[in-house]
Amino acid sequence: MNVFYHIGQYFLLLVRVFKKPEKNSIYIRQLVLEIEKLGINSIGIVAVISVFMGGIITLQLTYNMVNPLMPTYIIGLGNRDTLILEFSSTVLSLMLAGKVGSNIASELGSMRITEQIDSMEIMGVNSASYLILPKIIAVVFISPFLFIISVFCGLVGGLITGPLSGVVTIATYVTGITTLFVPFYVSFSIIKTLAFGFLIASVPAYMGYFVQGGALEVGRASTRAVVNTSILILFFDLVLTQLLFK
Amino acid sequence: MIEIKNLFKSFEGRTVLKDISSVFEKGKTNLIIGQSGSGKTVLLKSIVGLFEIEGGEILFDGRNNRNMNFKEQKLLRQEIGMVFQNGALFDSLTVEENVRFPMDMFTTMSMKEKKTRLDFCLERVNIRQSNHLYPSEISGGMRKRVAIARAIALNPKYLFCDEPNSGLDPVTSILIDALIKEITAEFDITTIINTHDMNSVMEIGDNILFISEGLKCWEGNSSQIFNTRNKKLNAFVFASPFSKKFRELKQMEDDE
Repeated sequence: MNVFYHIGQYFLLLVRVFKKPEKNSIYIRQLVLEIEKLGINSIGIVAVISVFMGGIITLQLTYNMVNPLMPTYIIGLGNRDTLILEFSSTVLSLMLAGKVGSNIASELGSMRITEQIDSMEIMGVNSASYLILPKIIAVVFISPFLFIISVFCGLVGGLITGPLSGVVTIATYVTGITTLFVPFYVSFSIIKTLAFGFLIASVPAYMGYFVQGGALEVGRASTRAVVNTSILILFFDLVLTQLLFK
Repeated sequence: MIEIKNLFKSFEGRTVLKDISSVFEKGKTNLIIGQSGSGKTVLLKSIVGLFEIEGGEILFDGRNNRNMNFKEQKLLRQEIGMVFQNGALFDSLTVEENVRFPMDMFTTMSMKEKKTRLDFCLERVNIRQSNHLYPSEISGGMRKRVAIARAIALNPKYLFCDEPNSGLDPVTSILIDALIKEITAEFDITTIINTHDMNSVMEIGDNILFISEGLKCWEGNSSQIFNTRNKKLNAFVFASPFSKKFRELKQMEDDE
């Protein structure tokens, strides 16, 4: 019953979130701020993690595919498809659920317990829309760009690690990443990142917006937000993969 | 004027407000007093609409907010200013942006007009040269004053203050009380203050509503409060040795 209660509350909150904004200019200003805070500020960590993961995937593919009949360009190809299909969309979203999700839940939770949200409501501001809508739009908007940056950095990571460790030459690696490219994989992953972006912003926002109590509850809400968002990302990964690849 | 009639409110089966009725007059500072947990904050938040009441009526100059549609309620809320216990200033906005927030949201004023109004509001609460500071960079007293400036930014008809003196030293508390009283008279606002500060009761209590365990126990003004025979009120008002001494002196003065 508790699960159904939360699902119902979540959708009721979304109804409030997507109501017509009071003043578009203020919302656009908020949107720009959120894009910077939640998106632009995540580029650094996305790039670092992706470079390392690209390198690690390259090494793992090399050491685990020891078959003389298999061409070595498969390392670049495997790295590219792993990055596009799962790492830069799903794993990166899981990481963003931790960074961005906990940020959103704790920000809204703190605003709730310090009565800042009540204060907005009393003024007549639709606090759900003012606080949450720009975050959702910002994360959904920036997610595909982060995905592209991640794929690029991951490929660069492989390009650095492969030749440096002597497992593959630059030319073979580049041949691998340009061979048998399936454009649908990119479309598929961008669709996934859009869906995950929505979850990364809306689920923690729900957790934070309805916090009751003090600082301890804000911390708990933040943890719950990350856990629930991660589970939902994996669930929707399964659903979308089944739906889009069928 | 705000009139409340037979208010009932409960949480998870526990009745917090029981049949409370009162009239809060315009241009006066109306105080709600009572012990912690007596239902003061619930009453205040029920009046402003943060809590939905289960029974009774709340009339804002004759307008029943329960009969209003969403749009009318939204318009009514723009006539309300509220000062929360800790100020509830928006952390991410500066002092200036906090006070300008309601103007940005609900008016079509030009930047120049907003600036004029902003300067007036900040000047009125004696805040100078702190416009670009964030709430975390100013003192508790200043935060309360900025909250008052924000509350009066749209010329409200109704002002609500939830324990405006909590966490403040006695001198700053007196200044905040005086400021609220002045603003109430100056702009002819219906002000309701939630407090358990006896200094406020004595200084600015034009009309005082005492509630205990969710029930209205007494109503009167600051001069009547010292002569009442209401046991619960006396136990509340004269709880400290200082106020007991004050009562003895007053009685001696009256006897003479």
